[in-house]
Amino acid sequence: MCDQTFVAATFGPCESCGKASPLMNIYIKTEAINFCSFCVELMTCQVLQGGESVASLKRESDNLKKKLEEERGKLNDIELHQVAEKSEVLGAFAIKTRRLLKGHGNKVLCMDWCKDKRRLVSSSQDGKVIVWDAFTLNKEHGVTLPCTWVMACAYAPSGCAVACGGLDNKCSVFPLSLDKNENLNAKKKSVAMHTNYVSGCTFTSSDMQILTSSGDGTCALWDVESGQLLQSFHGHTADVLSLDLAPSETGNTFVSGGSDMKANIWDMRSGQNIQSFETHESDINCVKYYPSGDAFASASDDATCRFFDLRADREVAIYQKDSIIFGASSVDFSLSGRLLFAGYNDYTINVWDVLKGTRVSVLFGHENRVSRLRVSPDGTALCSASWDNTLRIWS
Amino acid sequence: MTIRNTLRDHGQRYRPRMACLKKTEKVLLEMQDPKTGVRSQPQRLVITTIPHAITGEDIIAWLADRFQVDTQEARTFGSMLVALGYIYPLQDHKRLVIKPDVSLYRFQTPYFWPTQQWPVEDTDYAIYLAKRNIRKKGILELHEQEHYNRLHKWMNHKWDFIVMQAKEQYRAAKERKKPDRVVFDCQERAYWVVHRPPPGTVSAMDYGLDRLTDPNSDEAKTPDFYERIMIFTQQSIMRPRVKSSVSIGALVKYCGTYNNHDPFLFKCLPSNPWLTDDVTYWNLNMPCVEIPTKMRVERWTFSFAELLSDPRGRDDFRLFLKKEFSGENLAFWEGCEDLKWGEAATIKEKAEHIYKTFLARGAPRWINIDGKTMEVTVKGLKHPHRYVLDPAQTHIYMLMKKDSYGRYQKSPVFKDTVKKAICPEEHNFSVAQLEQNAKKRRPSLSPIILRQMEKEQRAKMAANVDITQVMSKLSKQGKEAPPPPKK
Repeated sequence: MCDQTFVAATFGPCESCGKASPLMNIYIKTEAINFCSFCVELMTCQVLQGGESVASLKRESDNLKKKLEEERGKLNDIELHQVAEKSEVLGAFAIKTRRLLKGHGNKVLCMDWCKDKRRLVSSSQDGKVIVWDAFTLNKEHGVTLPCTWVMACAYAPSGCAVACGGLDNKCSVFPLSLDKNENLNAKKKSVAMHTNYVSGCTFTSSDMQILTSSGDGTCALWDVESGQLLQSFHGHTADVLSLDLAPSETGNTFVSGGSDMKANIWDMRSGQNIQSFETHESDINCVKYYPSGDAFASASDDATCRFFDLRADREVAIYQKDSIIFGASSVDFSLSGRLLFAGYNDYTINVWDVLKGTRVSVLFGHENRVSRLRVSPDGTALCSASWDNTLRIWS
Repeated sequence: MTIRNTLRDHGQRYRPRMACLKKTEKVLLEMQDPKTGVRSQPQRLVITTIPHAITGEDIIAWLADRFQVDTQEARTFGSMLVALGYIYPLQDHKRLVIKPDVSLYRFQTPYFWPTQQWPVEDTDYAIYLAKRNIRKKGILELHEQEHYNRLHKWMNHKWDFIVMQAKEQYRAAKERKKPDRVVFDCQERAYWVVHRPPPGTVSAMDYGLDRLTDPNSDEAKTPDFYERIMIFTQQSIMRPRVKSSVSIGALVKYCGTYNNHDPFLFKCLPSNPWLTDDVTYWNLNMPCVEIPTKMRVERWTFSFAELLSDPRGRDDFRLFLKKEFSGENLAFWEGCEDLKWGEAATIKEKAEHIYKTFLARGAPRWINIDGKTMEVTVKGLKHPHRYVLDPAQTHIYMLMKKDSYGRYQKSPVFKDTVKKAICPEEHNFSVAQLEQNAKKRRPSLSPIILRQMEKEQRAKMAANVDITQVMSKLSKQGKEAPPPPKK
């Protein structure tokens, strides 16, 4: 089995200010220095040394970017589909809608599965958040938020709380209760505060922390109990539209994709941007890690889904077809990582063979665009949320 | 200061979510090619004929051929073309879909294409409705009437202008030849069906919220912007990377290893609950079940992370470590995880507890880490933060992974688990049985209840431990009858 790559963030005294804090290992003209993030910011702002103009800086940065591409190309000795020639071809699929969840009165924008593999939470444009038992089609809990366009919702790992956020610029956590008469709004905890809409949120390995991404271009890690901001992540130059936590046991990283066509990998401890991928031609709507944690896929408005390898530091596959011209809004992998499910704005879901790069199936059924796709935690089913006010479970 | 255009603007500049429009136009141009495009025929009205009408089935056939896809997909694509307003139906003009029969369609003139540089304004809509009202009173539909009344109220100050424009357009139209007039009326009507959809229909023009930042805008590129890019790029260059053959090989291997465990690729035993409405599969795979299934146990052998992430696997591993008297490693690792992901308020307390239990000299469950890591950790504990135990935790994790994990897989504990693991028979339901199953769907225990049960369970175990500790204390003080001395 492949080893998890441990991001070696060092801790200790900063070489510039001496305070003990998580350090960013950066290089100034190939010389390694260890500064804390504050000192790095100070240093970047003290530029224009030696009479450099903005134009010459631009030229220098473009040269560096070319050099990076060269470095990446040096280790590029084989393509994914070549290695995948040995893998067996996939047979025909008989994936059908097994459940149709009706109940939202407006576009369903987001959904998330519970770890018990049958419950899920969904949020919609009119502010309603509903917790369903998808197996029996029962609605178990419902909350109405005071804002519209609830674009992010997440189920806590324990199954006892849900987090949601949207145009209210906040992400709130609602502890669920079995008492049908209790108004869940009463126990609501406002955790995250952004300066613009919240586009994505997820719990970390416990109920105590949430990670959010926002239209203001930042991601942030919050402590649920106190609402304290633990770490913020700056680096995107436009709205951040999606994020996903790395699935590994010891990794402390997550990936985010934004309107600036970049997908960035971040270290949760130091707030540093570790890797960046800029090959998309349009907004990245969704990012999702490969189950092993060494790669991720992204879905974009340029109608392609791309697959990036983190250890080789490059894009290894593009999933596109002539007949697909509408943007992809959401992606997810099946349990083994062999299949990539992608929901598009032309109301269909395409199923791609990750290794060979071909499309194996198309799923029709929705009457408006598919806003979110998630495979259940044990891989037995796929749930798709759509702007036609319904959710479908496919298997 | 940038002033945002708040009107719906279908130009490509601001909203790349409509990046599909440029691609659609290319396809449209191909479709209109006189030789290789869609076959067109004249449409016969009462006395006039209008050229270049195309049938739904021809469109679908052409698309299926061009993109090498099947008819269902070609039909979806065609319907999107109609929904966006590039092709409009001549009969049943309010339903913007492609019908796979001889119903007629026509290409929309580029003047009315969605990508034109001007936004779709209410003023134009008001003029259009007024014009139709002039032509024949009472022709407006209910929703159009409502729009008309609303616009009349809101644009009252401009109403003279609007009526004047409408009259002028009506007069100019009368001077055209009948076929041209009919065509233009159809085109205009189709345009407004797309941009002011009747209630209850889905509009393809609906793209959701605007992005906050305009990615096409030329922001002021300050020096520190470039400096930041350079620092980051330099760091990326120096970052160690792996040969593609190695990392891609690992990805392919992962797929291969998990292939048989993926319910989409391989049957799950006994059956997939979503297909047969039978939850045996879930019951057999509950987080803390007594006897796990063979597939589950197989997954524990794939990687150490897999073993630890499964609660049943972790229990099994814990049992093995207890027998080897090295359970403190796992306990320490769990304590560190608890610290990392726990509440911010309890960090200090937890860190101290872990130090006293595992790291201090003479601690009851002392763990074996190398001197340098111990030094770094103890220094960090003076000002405990969330990640203070990270180096020690990583060290212990690698220790367990490289040493204990291997021995666990060869141990009697594991072999016993493997022997006892069950392999359920595949279900074979008849149609009648499946219907029965569907009727017998029952809700499961809520996670809230499960968590309460777990808490009670843990409290009971803690109480048991207390009792045994009390008993052993009593026996030390001689208050209990000592066992007969062994000779």
